[in-house]
Amino acid sequence: MYPPRFDYYRAASVQEAVQLLQAHPEAKVLAGGHSLLPMMKLRLAAPPVLVDIGRIEELRGIQDLGDRLRIGALTTHWELERSDILARKCPLIPEAAAQIGDRQVRHRGTIGGNLVHADPGSDLPAVILALDGTLHLAGPNGTRQVAARDFFLDLMTTAVQPGEILTAVEVPVLGERTGTAYLKFEHPASGYAVCGAAAIVTLNADGTVAQARLCFNGITSTPFNAQNVTDALVGHTPDDATIEGVVDQHLHVGDPMGDVFASGAYRVELAKVFAKRALKQARDRAQA
Amino acid sequence: MGVPIRVEVNGRVYEHTVEPRLLLVHYLRDVLGLTGTKVGCDTSQCGACTVLMNGLAVKSCTVLAVQADGAQITTIEGLAKDGELHPLQQAFWENHGLQCGYCTPGMILAAYDLLQENPNPTEEEVRHGLEGNLCRCTGYHNIVKAVLDAAQRMREG
Amino acid sequence: MGQYIGAAIKRLEDPALITGRAKYTDDLQLPNMAYAAILRSPYAHARIKRIDTSKAAAMEGVIAVFTGEDIAQSGVPGVVPVGWLLPDLKTPPHPLLARDKVRHVGDGVAVVVAEDRYTAYDALEAIEVEYEPLPAVVNPADAVKEGQPLVHEDAPNNIAFDWSIGDKEATDEAFAKASHVVSLDLVNNRLIPNAMEPRATLADYNPVTGELTLWMTSQNPHIHRLLMSLASLGLPEHKIRVIAPAVGGGFGSKIHHYPDEAITAWCAMQVGRPVKWQATRMETYLTDAHGRDHVTHAEMALDENGRILGLRVQTYANLGAYLSTFAPAVPTYLYGTLLSGEYDIPAIYCRVIGVFTHTTPVDAYRGAGRPEATFVVERLMDLAARKLGLDPTEIRRRNFVPPDKFPFQTQVALQYDSGNYEAALQKALEIIDYKNLRQEQERLRQEGRYIGIGFSTYIEACGLAPSAVVGSLGAQAGQWESALVRIHPTGKVTVYSGSSAHGQGHVTTFAQIVADKLGVSLEDIEIIQSDTDQVQYGWGTYGSRSAAVGGSALAVALDRIVEKGRKIAAHLLEAAEEDVVFEDGKYYVKGAPDQAKTLQEVALQAYLAHNLPKGLEPALEAVAFYDPPNFTFPFGTHVAVVEVIPETGEIKILRYVAVDDVGNVINPLIVDGQVHGGIAQGIGQALFESAVYDENGNLVTGSMLDYAVPKAHFLPSFEVDRTVTPCPHNPLGVKGAGETGSIASPAAIVNAIVDALAPFGVEHIDMPVTPEKIWRAIHGNGRS
Repeated sequence: MYPPRFDYYRAASVQEAVQLLQAHPEAKVLAGGHSLLPMMKLRLAAPPVLVDIGRIEELRGIQDLGDRLRIGALTTHWELERSDILARKCPLIPEAAAQIGDRQVRHRGTIGGNLVHADPGSDLPAVILALDGTLHLAGPNGTRQVAARDFFLDLMTTAVQPGEILTAVEVPVLGERTGTAYLKFEHPASGYAVCGAAAIVTLNADGTVAQARLCFNGITSTPFNAQNVTDALVGHTPDDATIEGVVDQHLHVGDPMGDVFASGAYRVELAKVFAKRALKQARDRAQA
Repeated sequence: MGVPIRVEVNGRVYEHTVEPRLLLVHYLRDVLGLTGTKVGCDTSQCGACTVLMNGLAVKSCTVLAVQADGAQITTIEGLAKDGELHPLQQAFWENHGLQCGYCTPGMILAAYDLLQENPNPTEEEVRHGLEGNLCRCTGYHNIVKAVLDAAQRMREG
Repeated sequence: MGQYIGAAIKRLEDPALITGRAKYTDDLQLPNMAYAAILRSPYAHARIKRIDTSKAAAMEGVIAVFTGEDIAQSGVPGVVPVGWLLPDLKTPPHPLLARDKVRHVGDGVAVVVAEDRYTAYDALEAIEVEYEPLPAVVNPADAVKEGQPLVHEDAPNNIAFDWSIGDKEATDEAFAKASHVVSLDLVNNRLIPNAMEPRATLADYNPVTGELTLWMTSQNPHIHRLLMSLASLGLPEHKIRVIAPAVGGGFGSKIHHYPDEAITAWCAMQVGRPVKWQATRMETYLTDAHGRDHVTHAEMALDENGRILGLRVQTYANLGAYLSTFAPAVPTYLYGTLLSGEYDIPAIYCRVIGVFTHTTPVDAYRGAGRPEATFVVERLMDLAARKLGLDPTEIRRRNFVPPDKFPFQTQVALQYDSGNYEAALQKALEIIDYKNLRQEQERLRQEGRYIGIGFSTYIEACGLAPSAVVGSLGAQAGQWESALVRIHPTGKVTVYSGSSAHGQGHVTTFAQIVADKLGVSLEDIEIIQSDTDQVQYGWGTYGSRSAAVGGSALAVALDRIVEKGRKIAAHLLEAAEEDVVFEDGKYYVKGAPDQAKTLQEVALQAYLAHNLPKGLEPALEAVAFYDPPNFTFPFGTHVAVVEVIPETGEIKILRYVAVDDVGNVINPLIVDGQVHGGIAQGIGQALFESAVYDENGNLVTGSMLDYAVPKAHFLPSFEVDRTVTPCPHNPLGVKGAGETGSIASPAAIVNAIVDALAPFGVEHIDMPVTPEKIWRAIHGNGRS
């Protein structure tokens, strides 16, 4: 379909983008456009002004900061998928990025747009939450950081305030004996996650679980951190039976979403199955 | 509010002032008259509008023309060189990889992008690589065959 | 036959399509062209209290805004008619734009004509409509109950027709004496055709000559011209030219005559400029006629040996809010008549109640009635096999019509022309290595893996015919086809065919017929179709009729032209006509091939007319209007092998084998392609696709984000093979090939899934069989 009219400003810097947003309080930020433009084409969104941040160089690229990685908000899913740094130091992100949409969408869609849009079926939110990532925002009052656990407030609602833009995401470099996995049950039409499970397992030298994380997309309105499950895993040898038992006993999903394709009850069941699959795969990778 | 843009399409540079909301696909079709690129849906699912933008496949229904300012675009009209069909076009033809032809330009360009990245894909990889392009006629059987055939032709140069 | 028929010739259509040079309707531009956009009702059922178009009309770039009132006042007939009548059929009027009431979400309310499409859509938002929402009904089995909202006042209980076929008494008797009865309640899911090219039209009206040219997405330009003329616009038929340029798939959806194309034409006449309209995908979801949507109770009676004694079926067929062009035929003559399947069933009774609901109209979609019938019969066969402890192939064998019983008269009107059902089944079993596969299934079950093998031994009736019979059943159309062959003085050939391809490759297939029959090369042949000014008449392409009916017309015309040429050649060779043979494009006297006259020489003489036999008219052309004596009856066996993951209900198709018998094959590449596409659409119905309405009549699966058109990675490569039992009654021995896949595959897939789930006691799952439905079937609805 055909988007409604809007005025268009192209920002050359983060500073200019913030100024433009201040000058046009009703404006929306345009990055790759793969969340916003579909909404506008359906006329579900009709911002009078778009501020295009798509050419701001400082928002691009993936930097190795030693114990952390900094991913510019404009980094496309395709760049995430192919990044050597990520493949070595945080393979969970490329594994999830490769499962977003389709190759055309991955070429244009950005990590920043994906996270700010906060669609419950997106693939990156649970991944960034599982990684305990930090989101960097720039606004009229300067910059601030928000932890992923405080970022996703509700269905398509985040901690980004009017006038702010997301500039980067920082995630920790994963340590030794750590394995990760992102597994997804995709909606056959939209390709969104009906259930997406992101798992991180770090083992002690004796093979027991030192730390673990397990977060889900798709089953609740914001990404869901199954901390009960991972708390219960710590200290145990993660054989199949242990993982299965812990998930069955400790995974409790409150208020699951449902639609004509997959009810809430079914999504909860999927979460269990995918939790087990993802934890096992992460464990195998940690052991490798 | 008109915005000036400069876009190179199939090797030729165009300069126009466009409405910001104009989608790249309509710029190509209605302004430049390059109607090989199709529109099949409203929701970025079908892939009929796929073109190459700076060498990468994109859905031109989900890109504003102003976002393409400064970009190089290849459409289906630009794929054959000097009257010689591209191996993908040849392979789609010989393997009966099309029926009504409406998805074909987008399908070929998505396949081009796939083979650029993975010159020797498995059948499974071809099928996943084309997940952004819908075809209602062929059941994909001969499209997959055509892409595998084209890959071989291209590897053999 | 020669070197072309039967050969895998790569398509002559393709160079334009693979280079982006082919022109579809929306690719066409005319000087001074404007764009139309149609405002659609957001309510399934509402009274229109007021429409104010003034704000929209005042917008910059808006040329005009019209409502149903404007169309009515213009004095045109202004309706969309139904083209198939049944006894006591209720035919409420279907105006081009709704006036008093809207009856489904998407019903047209107003139209904007603007300088560009963006502005046209902007203006839609400025039209003010005051609706009084009314209660809606969407399910056909509910809609017939007392007290339900009425779609049309003059159709009590929302019943459009109550139709039956077969012998009720004999069937009841069969059930009374049966050893076994199996029964099934099912919903055959509503589908959205999803041709990749949305419907479109470009209308150009010349007020000086009174001529209207319509380029449109049509499977049948002559039908569209006829209905535009008679029912919608009131323009004389000869002043309307309908052209279908490249058409991006149809699958039935571009057969029908919709309001939108007529509205566009009417707008062009009002504003005096060419007007183009193309549906957005969401509009196609709301307005392209949907398919299927049956609520059915079916029972099969069997004796102790698994021989079928009787079949009893009752179906509520959802017709949507208005009667689409051929809607009444689909759940009746294309459904009830197919219920004998490949089997010798002594008694059948089927009752179908056609029901109006507040939903998008339902009409023919690939297969049209026949997939629904096949699904009923093939699911019952599997249920019966399980009940009697028989292998699903064995129960089928016991009931097949044997090869020596053709022509076979069924209890539901059809007479099958030819068939060898056992042979197709046997071939399929060999391909899948059935014995070993069953053992493998057993072995995997021990490991906790669940694969299933599903069969569909199907029959299809296509190429509806003859016209007199079709007419006696209610068709307001003929079902013959035309072909005109013109050999030019240079020996080049132009064919004008009444078929109208939209992806099927007729140009290639028909050229192959011509090349063989005339001995000319493919480059020397032009096939023209899809233009009412060029083609004398034709009924178009649907129902797998084009090779069997259109191709046969061509074959007859070619024979005629060869005969005329023979007269000229005999005269030139100074020989008796009966001594002259025609071979490889040359006429010669038997035994003297070196004294030949080429077709080209004969053609030149035909035009020069300097030396023709006495009484013979000049020129070399022939026309045929071919009205077949019967339908053709393709058949075959499809086998699906699936694996189901019980913990999630995920399904993987491991193999899909299709052995089809479509008679003689003109181009195996094209026939295989048709089979592939049909299978994919059938798998789509079985596993993914479903148009779902909520109780208020909103289409919940209203876009490609919600309605799953199969993607490449959902499907396997298909293993297709053939048996060949030529059609005995047409000159090419061909049957239809376009719909076998979509007819056979839903039952094969569901039978395979139910087979996989046999250890869990699952007997049936309605389509689409989604993972959740499987999970619920295994674990019981209670678990959550």
